[in-house]
Amino acid sequence: MSAGVHPGHHRDTEPDERYQPVFTGETRRRLEALFEHYPTRQACLLPALWMVQEARGWIPEQAIGEVAEVLGLTPAYVRGVVTFYTMYHTHPVGQYFVQVCTTSPCNICGAEEVVKAFLQHTGCGELGATSPDGRFTVIEVECLGACGYATPVLINDDFIEGVTPERVPGILQGYK
Amino acid sequence: MGYPHPSHPKEMPLLSRHFGDTGARSYEGWVKRGGYEALRKALGMTPDQVTEEVKTSGLRGRGGAGFPTGLKWSFMPKPSGKPHYLCCNADESEPGTFKDREIMRWTPHQLLEGCAIAAYAIGAERCYIYIRGEFTTEYRILLEAVAEAYRHGALGANVFGSGKRIDVVVHRGAGAYICGEETALINSIEGKRGNPRIKPPFPAQAGLFGMPTTVNNVETLAAVPHIILRGGEWYKALSRGNPKSTGTKLFSVCGHVQKPGNYEVVMGTPMRELIFEMCGGMRPGRSLKAVIPGGSSVPIMTAEEVEDCPLDYEGIAAKGSMLGSGGMIVMDDSTDLVYQIMRLARFYAHESCAQCTQCREGTAWTTRILERILAGQGKAEDLELLLDLADQMTGKTICVLSDSCAAPVVSGIKKFRSEFEAYLNKLKRPAMVAV
Repeated sequence: MSAGVHPGHHRDTEPDERYQPVFTGETRRRLEALFEHYPTRQACLLPALWMVQEARGWIPEQAIGEVAEVLGLTPAYVRGVVTFYTMYHTHPVGQYFVQVCTTSPCNICGAEEVVKAFLQHTGCGELGATSPDGRFTVIEVECLGACGYATPVLINDDFIEGVTPERVPGILQGYK
Repeated sequence: MGYPHPSHPKEMPLLSRHFGDTGARSYEGWVKRGGYEALRKALGMTPDQVTEEVKTSGLRGRGGAGFPTGLKWSFMPKPSGKPHYLCCNADESEPGTFKDREIMRWTPHQLLEGCAIAAYAIGAERCYIYIRGEFTTEYRILLEAVAEAYRHGALGANVFGSGKRIDVVVHRGAGAYICGEETALINSIEGKRGNPRIKPPFPAQAGLFGMPTTVNNVETLAAVPHIILRGGEWYKALSRGNPKSTGTKLFSVCGHVQKPGNYEVVMGTPMRELIFEMCGGMRPGRSLKAVIPGGSSVPIMTAEEVEDCPLDYEGIAAKGSMLGSGGMIVMDDSTDLVYQIMRLARFYAHESCAQCTQCREGTAWTTRILERILAGQGKAEDLELLLDLADQMTGKTICVLSDSCAAPVVSGIKKFRSEFEAYLNKLKRPAMVAV
């Protein structure tokens, strides 16, 4: 499972400033409320990682350590899980993360042209790279499960159906 | 109904009746439409009676495997003090399939009601709904619906005053096709990598957290309230004479049809009617070339095979393919099948969990061979190599992901060999650059 490459970024950790823990205050309370729903702490790993990504935009190395500590796991174990799932970012990505479905059902309906339009209009240039202004990262994603609405595109949490190359500039107007 | 299109007279909208109706989404809206009557009725029956009713209906798993649902429930042990779990598989990721998303988006309470009834039948106090991470809208809708159901006593410590506890937890995935495989799904809920487990033990013996577990697909569970309310015999009668394929089925039709969408028809309806009447057939000037009828993991069918094929488990099997999830990818004569088969192979290579060598190596190697054929650099022996590889990838791994990669390759070479040979013999311009 490849999580995609991000040539625009070379750092694996947050720069200089001391790491601020994610699981404090309200976030900590939200996580602890989840403990009741599962018989093990380990089962809260995916939800905990989502909370990290929600707070930081990606999963920094120090957060892996923090999650491991909070849930009683090892950092190596947590890293193994993080890298298995494609939606967790192990590198910083653009402010708007654009995922265009290009699997066969969408592919035969012109999805590759939609990808080209996003690359062109965001200034990303190539797949997985972040635009120079830091706003966009565009990737091809495997089947988004909306094949009847080719081509579906996910921009952060916004699921957009029936995207054509012509619609791309208008859609991007909404992501300033 | 043929959502997002108006219902076609040849459809039988049962699960899809309220697609597009935003009023059906809330608890009160669902109750106004007859919702939660089935759960109340089920709570007045014994769990065994509920299971028997589902057995009578002939309902089979709608996620792809087609295993009889009532029988699956009956594999759960009798209550022994151990917790039992129900997992709802909402990890809909099979290319071509987009029905569960629509069920959750429009009728979340239809699903919750089915979950509650199933949990009651198998003696589970907790149900986890595992929804794929990309379904952001449906995730929010489900969370809201669960909260509403608790407020109205349809879930919780004392469901509708019955003294029964049924909790539902919505668990969000994070991007992994393989988590739709039931034991990978279980591992993922447990906070592990989504690697499928070796069976046995089957989940009914040792599943989630090592406890007896049943995993059912969204559409399967959404059908349960209708069966309980109207009876297993009524549901069973919904067929075109084949007692092994009963009820209605949602077919997600995508690709080159005029009206892609979800169509709910009685099992046994001719595939031809679905594609050419309900979906409006091909685009002007185009003709049907091929159909992948059950999600991308099943063998490709030719236009000729579609002609007299009924939409049921046995009918499609008789044509050498499978009904699977009911996700139909329709391709017209403009389609480069070699390229699309490469895209599918690339999908499986990307989604392989990499536990088994045949799959990890086989899916990647298959993709590379197809890529070089498309780049005009194929070798004469490549087709035999692909078939040999496919043979090594079939029936030899923990789960069927590698078999799924092999299915379109083998059927593609068998049925559309000349298209591969056109690239090999340089009769066709390369479709991609060398990689």
